[in-house]
Parts: sequence; structure tokens; C-alpha cells
Amino acid sequence: MTDVLAGKPDRRRSGPSWSYTVVNTALRFSPLLLLALGWEFLGLSGLVSQQMLPGLGDIFSAFSAMLFGGDLLYNTARSISRAATGLGAAVVVGVAAGLLMASFRTVRLLINPIVQIFYPMPKSALIPVVMIWLGLGDSSKILLIFLGCLLPVVVGTYNGARGVNPFLLWSAASLGASRFEVLREVVLRAAMPDILNGCRTALAFSFILMVSSEFVIATDGVGFMISSLGDGGQYPAMFAAIFFVAGIGFAADRLYAMLSRRVLRWREA
Amino acid sequence: MSMLHTAVATRGRAHTASGISVSDVSHTYGARTAGGMLALDGINLEIGDGEFHCLLGPSGCGKSTLLYLIGGFIPVQAGVISTSAGPVTAPGPDRSIVFQNFALFPWKTVKDNVLYGLRKAGFAAAEREQRAQRYIDMVHLTGFENAYPSQLSGGMQQRAAIARTLAVDPGILLMDEPFGALDAQTRRVMQEELRTIWRDSRKTVVFVTHDVQEAVFLADRISIMSARPGRIQHVIDVDLPKDRGEEILENRAFIGLSEHIWRLVREQAVAATRGAH
Repeated sequence: MTDVLAGKPDRRRSGPSWSYTVVNTALRFSPLLLLALGWEFLGLSGLVSQQMLPGLGDIFSAFSAMLFGGDLLYNTARSISRAATGLGAAVVVGVAAGLLMASFRTVRLLINPIVQIFYPMPKSALIPVVMIWLGLGDSSKILLIFLGCLLPVVVGTYNGARGVNPFLLWSAASLGASRFEVLREVVLRAAMPDILNGCRTALAFSFILMVSSEFVIATDGVGFMISSLGDGGQYPAMFAAIFFVAGIGFAADRLYAMLSRRVLRWREA
Repeated sequence: MSMLHTAVATRGRAHTASGISVSDVSHTYGARTAGGMLALDGINLEIGDGEFHCLLGPSGCGKSTLLYLIGGFIPVQAGVISTSAGPVTAPGPDRSIVFQNFALFPWKTVKDNVLYGLRKAGFAAAEREQRAQRYIDMVHLTGFENAYPSQLSGGMQQRAAIARTLAVDPGILLMDEPFGALDAQTRRVMQEELRTIWRDSRKTVVFVTHDVQEAVFLADRISIMSARPGRIQHVIDVDLPKDRGEEILENRAFIGLSEHIWRLVREQAVAATRGAH
């Protein structure tokens, strides 16, 4: 929708028509509209108490109050800085580890069992552990997010790097690339689709762990806000915070998908 | 020796053509396990400076293995392979290769693919651009500089791969069934072009194929290999004019030689099929 309004002339000319885009967007969001209607109906009909499902109007006014007068933005910024730090560290460490695993048998033998054991483990189970280790400050949540995001990145990078067409490596070597250059310029680039997929999973994990860790160990952040509003019985505000964080997660994922497509545009040709 | 080589390469100079000497080379796949497969057995071969040499044989005869050994992509287990730069131990830009499946970097445009090797060779920016354009023009891809490989036909991709390899001016050009994936028409055109490029640049070419006519059309000399284990059964001189075009296909000598070689290759192929039972 914003795309159309922002106006991208070259795209509109070659792409589908205005009306088509509008109808298409409307259709895509119609399930959400139905959900909203159902929500309102359940609340108004008295089948479910207004406490459990506050009206969307109430939620919206709680939202604007928090947005303009309250501390929603402050808490969101705190949460996002934790998620971004943990995720960023996980991407850097995870890509490096995945590349090393793919390139060296010894590293693979050392790391692979650890990955396989920890991969299926729910990382939220580590919340008490990181709290004992690092206390209630930011570092415990960042560590948790880092650990949770690490494995999808490692596994994505490793699989991508292992799957690189060996003839590409040989071509680069016979054009004069050193081993390190082959790794950086060929393996890393060829593995990029899998790396980006792993990072996308990690991005989702970072939101989940951000909120769930703030439920338990925090004095600020969106997760903390949601749980304290719930404890205080301020349900419209609680729902507003939930919807807001969901919206941010959605926007982050869309933005990520858009950037990925740009990076990988050589594939679409 | 290697220091001298590096110094030359960083100044962006061409690699001089060189002969190739293969002596007593054997190769076993899965050598560390009990069921290792002897792919090459006691190969001896001298390829002259500036010679166009074809390795011809049925599939599974180890001709690609021999090419990869010359390229330094797989380590030599037994015997010695050397060029004027010394024994082959690793891949290098003095022996650049074109593969059957093109192996272009799919995330780079045609031009960036060609520039890749030129950057490694240390050419200055202006000369890099100039050379890249010259080789792109040479393989008739002018206008497709900014296309990604996925936007090109197989023939065009292979021409881009050839441009990328030729641009670094390797003394030795290795080709692993480079036209195998192309349709018959494109294939013929590419063969003629390659022959012209070779005649003008005087490189040493080692060309792997299982197509008899292709080998006779292109080569100065042909090594006919046997299958499992790969051995060189015959080395045949191709006594045909240096300038070869479409008309040579009608030449009596060409036809006679092709038939002779076809019979020799057939013997190997039949033996290989029997051996498999």
C-alpha cells in the first residue's frame, strides 16, 4: 500500500495497474479484517468478557495514550536494542563458525555434535541460567538472544557453504584467488541465499526471546510492559502493546525479505 | 621461482605459453579405503609449447581426472606433472580452465566475471576495463556486459566463461568438454572460434572431449585413452591444414582420420563395456 502511495514511477509503469494493486492488497489483508470483525463480535455479543477481549476501539485509545503520553516507545527502543545486539553478534559469530565448519574437518568434528544437541533445545529454557550467570541487566537478555539466534545462522551458513558448486571454487583458484579469497569471495557469496534464510529464522527467534526473557528478567522493555500491564489488569493497554510488538516483528520481517531480494537479485534474473 | 612468478603476475603481465610434461602419473580414487578405484595408470605424455592437444576417450577413462591433475585441482599421488614454471602443486592463473558447466559466478555480471581474474592478476583499473571489454567483444557478447549468467543462453554463458579465462592470458588453457552442453549449431561455431583464438594467441591447449570429430577438427595431436584404468593407448598426429573451417569436414583426409580414430575409440569403448560385466 505504502509502495503505491510513495510512488515508484518506473515500477508502476512496468508492473500491474493501480486498481489491480489496490484490489490485490485488499484481498491479502481481508483475513485480518475478518479476524478483527470476529474479535469485535465476540466482545460485543457477551460470549466472552470485555476483560478478556477488550474492544478494538479501547485498545486503540490505550495505544495512542501510551504512544504519545506513555513509555511505549522508550520500552520498545530498549527491547530492540537488546534484540539487535544479540542478533548482530549471532550473525557475525554464526557466519564465521559456519564457514569454518564447512572448510575444516577438525572444526566440523568439534562443533557439529554441539550444534546437533543444542539445536532442538528451546532456548527460553536458558532464561534462569543466564539470569544466574549475568543477573538482571541487559547482558543476560543479550546473551540469551545471542544463543538462540546463533544456531540457525551456523546451520544455514554451514549448509550453504557445503553446497557450493566445487567448480566455482576451482575456477576462482585457477584465476589466481588465494584460499582465503576463495572463502570470502566465492564460498560466502555462493552460500548467501542459505545464510540469509538462517538469519531470517534468527530474526524471528530474536523477537520471541526478547519478549519472553523480558517477562521474567527485566525492569523495562516491551515484554516487561506487557506482563506488568497484564498484572495490573490494564487489558486494553496490554493488548495494544502486544499488537504493537507483533506489528514491529512483521515490519522487520518484511523489510528483511525486501533487503534479501535486493542482495539476491542475481538469482531472479 | 614462485617469487618470480608472483612479481610477474602483480605487474599484470601475460603468462608465457609452456609445454606440459606428465610422467608416470597414476591416480586412485578412494585410495585410503580398500575399494579404491584406479582411474589413471602410468600416464606419460609430453605436450609441446603452443600445441592444441585433445584427450579423447569413452566416459570414465579418466581424461577429466588427468586434466584436473594438470590444473592442480586434485593433488598428484604418483608421478610428476610439470610445466616451465616447475612441478604442478596447486591451481594457478598460468593454467586456467573452462568447465563443461561454465562455472561462472552467478552473482556477478558478465563483465564482473571477466574482471575477477584481471583483478587477481593485478592489472591497473583502466587496463582491466579495456581488457575485459576486448575479450567480451571477442566472444561476441558486446551489449551483454551487465547481464547475469542466468539471463544468458548456454552458449552465451560458455562464451563468457571462455572470455573470463582468456582475459587472464594463461599460458596453458585447460578445457573440460567445454562445448558438451551446447546444441550442435552453437557447438560448431564455438569450435571454429576457439581454433581461431588459439591460432592467434598461440597458447598451449589441453582439451578433453569424447567427440571424435571435435577432437580431429581442433587438435594438433590426440591422445586416445582406454577406460578403467585410464591409459594412453595411442597418440595421433592430426596432419591437417592449420586453417580449418567448415569446409574441412568434407576433406578426404579429415574424414579418413576421423574414421580411423573412431575405430580406435570404439575398441576402447567396447572393451570398457565388456570389462564392466
